[in-house]
Amino acid sequence: MYRNINSMSNEMNRMRHEMNKLFRQVSSPSFSAPGGYPAVNTWADKDKMIVTAELPGIVEKDLDISIEGNTLTISGERKAMELPEAAVYHRQERGCGKFTRVITLPYQIDSDKVSAEMKSGILEINLERAEADKPRKIIVKKG
Amino acid sequence: MAENKNLEPVKEEVEMVEGVEHTRPRRVYVPRATIYEINEEIVIHVDMPGVSSENIDLVLEKNELKINGIVDDYSPEGYSLVYSEYGVGDYERTFVVPNDIDREKIQATMKDGVLELHLVRAEAYQARKIDVASV
Repeated sequence: MYRNINSMSNEMNRMRHEMNKLFRQVSSPSFSAPGGYPAVNTWADKDKMIVTAELPGIVEKDLDISIEGNTLTISGERKAMELPEAAVYHRQERGCGKFTRVITLPYQIDSDKVSAEMKSGILEINLERAEADKPRKIIVKKG
Repeated sequence: MAENKNLEPVKEEVEMVEGVEHTRPRRVYVPRATIYEINEEIVIHVDMPGVSSENIDLVLEKNELKINGIVDDYSPEGYSLVYSEYGVGDYERTFVVPNDIDREKIQATMKDGVLELHLVRAEAYQARKIDVASV
């Protein structure tokens, strides 16, 4: 089965790597599986939220951000690189294409108070809860 | 000829070499790259969102080009992380540079989280047309 001692030790090494990878995935804090491109992180502070996404190489004009009620939609296009015919690819690991991501937030958003900023390929969207949606304290009167 | 790949939201973490530890306790990712060759030049585009031109380290040692992108911690004051699909960490990747590249003429620019490298073939190695004289 194994031609020589080398191929067997290679096989053992490969198995060891696979096992290490498996254990690492289980023990390290795992992230939620992205619901599409781009992957997002969400930060919250009472009635404010920040949504961040990694969008390297995307320029503002190719990005569209919209709010409707309690949904945030991030859509855009990562254009394919336009290379002359003579170009020869050695590696192509970076994807391209159109993307749309709809994120449902826990409350209605004030669309007048949304701001978005792109910095070094990181998108940061600041959101505030709509006033009308804020919970109202009900005062209990003594009867 | 260009193979168009789909957009991938998941990042690949660097495989920890046994016995070697990073001095900073943070995640390290392998950034995705596009490499193509045209007109005696090799062009490399590397996706490193969160890395600015001040936070990048490029070292050419012997025939290895080591890329290290440092990403600042993202921690908005007063907020707590409630949902996470990606980790924030540094980027590391090493490319072997072919011997015929002119080391003095390597160009690097960083824009919108993408590093663009231009490696030019040295004059002496460039293809030269040889004219044949008729006798």
